[in-house]
Amino acid sequence: MASVEIRNVVKRYGALEVVHGVSAEIADGEFVALVGPSGCGKSTLLRMIAGLEEISDGAVVIGGDIVNEVAPKDRNISMVFQNYALYPHMTVAENMAFALRLARLPKDEQKKKVGEAATMLGLEGLLDRYPGQLSGGQRQRVAMGRAIVRRPEVFLFDEPLSNLDAKLRVQMRAEIKGLHQRLRTTSIYVTHDQIEAMTMADRIVVMRDGNVEQIGTPLELFDNPRNLFVASFIGSPSMNFIKGEVVNGTFRAPGGVIIPAVNLAHGGPAVAGIRPNKLQIGATGPSAEVLIVEPTGDETHLLVELGGTQLAMLLRDRISLAPGDRIDLAFASADVHFFDGQSTLRLGRGDAL
Amino acid sequence: MSSKRPQPYFSRSQVTLVRGLWMMVTAILAFMTLFPLLWMVSIAFKPAAESFSSNLIPQSPTFDNFIYVLTAVPFIRYMANSFLVSATVTIVALFFHTMAGYALARLRFPGREVLFLSIFSTFLVSLPVIIVPLFVIVKAMGMLNSYAGLIIPAIFNAFGIFLLRQYYLSLPKEIEEAARIDGAGYWRIYWSVILPLSRPIMSALAILFFLANWNSFLWPLTITSDPNLWVVQLGIANFKSQYSASWNYMMAASTIVAIPTLILFVIFQRQIMDSLKTSGLK
Ligand SMILES: Nc1ncnc2c1ncn2[C@@H]1O[C@H](COP(=O)(O)OP(=O)(O)OP(=O)(O)O)[C@@H](O)[C@H]1O
Ligand SMILES: [Mg+2]
Repeated sequence: MASVEIRNVVKRYGALEVVHGVSAEIADGEFVALVGPSGCGKSTLLRMIAGLEEISDGAVVIGGDIVNEVAPKDRNISMVFQNYALYPHMTVAENMAFALRLARLPKDEQKKKVGEAATMLGLEGLLDRYPGQLSGGQRQRVAMGRAIVRRPEVFLFDEPLSNLDAKLRVQMRAEIKGLHQRLRTTSIYVTHDQIEAMTMADRIVVMRDGNVEQIGTPLELFDNPRNLFVASFIGSPSMNFIKGEVVNGTFRAPGGVIIPAVNLAHGGPAVAGIRPNKLQIGATGPSAEVLIVEPTGDETHLLVELGGTQLAMLLRDRISLAPGDRIDLAFASADVHFFDGQSTLRLGRGDAL
Repeated sequence: MSSKRPQPYFSRSQVTLVRGLWMMVTAILAFMTLFPLLWMVSIAFKPAAESFSSNLIPQSPTFDNFIYVLTAVPFIRYMANSFLVSATVTIVALFFHTMAGYALARLRFPGREVLFLSIFSTFLVSLPVIIVPLFVIVKAMGMLNSYAGLIIPAIFNAFGIFLLRQYYLSLPKEIEEAARIDGAGYWRIYWSVILPLSRPIMSALAILFFLANWNSFLWPLTITSDPNLWVVQLGIANFKSQYSASWNYMMAASTIVAIPTLILFVIFQRQIMDSLKTSGLK
């Protein structure tokens, strides 16, 4: 096992800089998810940790040693790729044994280790098959098996579940997590799916445009997003935002939204954020027009319009409403996050009344 | 094209008609291709007196023509020469072409594109155009009348390098990256991953190379005067000029020359199918 430290890592492709000095510390045995929208540099960062991509500036430290110049095979890592990258001409057993074979392990030991990994992943019956004869989920498992057999100090995953259907993804998510709990190997997991990150990771690194936006546990990010971007990225369905202004400690927005947020020293443009499940139907309050009603069985999803802003609502009950109806919105001001209208940094929450 | 599903525009009898027409066209084409071959084989089995008769099945089939050809002329020797040259060129060429193709597709080095383009541009130049300078070079290297002179200049071939490079470009990079993480260096990746993955395309190229060299005539004619080094096409040409009236001998010689290529084709064809099936690339 080993810790991983990323120190001010920069990646340039010629004159184009795509990762701008990222730093993060990953403790021994920790499961860290790297999330962010497409093109933000997650894969690039992971590949620099793996040694597949040169590090333009800064350092990657694995187990206390700077590994910038160390070949991938000597970094004691293994990687699971999005498209699995199995060797098509080798059987499942040969795929898993390839690294051991290259390390010149005795045959019987190779067999033992492959057997162990196969048992762990339920691959015993498939060892003689070729990748072309496996389903997507099975291939994914073989890719995991190939990563496990070497017992590396760090696992690197690059969107390993994104080629699977929704149901299998949920199942494999649980399996990967279970595997991590058993092996306790330091893991870095790239995904653009924030639910995957929330459910699997001990800590999450949120990236955007080659920068780290915030690092924290899933609940820290959910409860105290550092800025508008993190707030909008974490949580599903995502947070509603209302643009307005803070004057004398009170937030006002079009449509009759008035939130007393006495503690805010801020004045000027601001954005109020509220999660869809924190918006309720009340008796008094700003009046909104219902645009879309989506019953899902247990819950009802609503899309309403308030002063030119569309808001999503997630109600715990079945409610008979039709588009065009008007409802009054209710929410606790303590559930409202405020963000600076210019810097987009989070200012705080509203006061509990 | 399933015949069971109802067709929206054509009735079943129309479909049968169209299919019948297509089959007739292909049958005619096949006949036109095969007939000269059949004719050649037929004459090869006919005695001299019968060789101009128009019946396809010989009235009194005989092996005499083959025996004559194989004993009067060192045909076995020519075939052995041809086989040696073709097989060596094929194997060595595949070895170097795969390496060149891989390097041009994957290794990053300055001048790679220029190098590729200059290799590619040799497509535009055919052998007759460069045969004199090539001859001068080979002569200067002392390879006239030698196997080396027959083999070495035939190894370079832009087509193979081009085809393999395009194929390697289409392989997912992650497979090689996985191999790098598994501890493989360039050589090991080439040998254990790239080569096995190129089996289908290599089988196809092997057939092409072998046949091209088996049938090559101009270069061996230019470079060899020693009959001991003659390849089979030279043997035949020489034989034809000697026995231009004896069609039965000529056809027997042609049949003998065609047999090995046919056998090889059948063997390799099966291998192509197999490797396509097992490689499991999606
Ligand atoms: N070889 C390259 N040359 C130039 N730019 C590149 C290269 N590889 C990646 N980039 C750029 O680097 C940025 C980050 O790419 P990266 O693949 O790391 O994104 P990502 O966060 O993994 O996205 P995704 O979720 O779509 O996989 C992108 O803007 C991409 O265009
Ligand atoms: Mg990516």
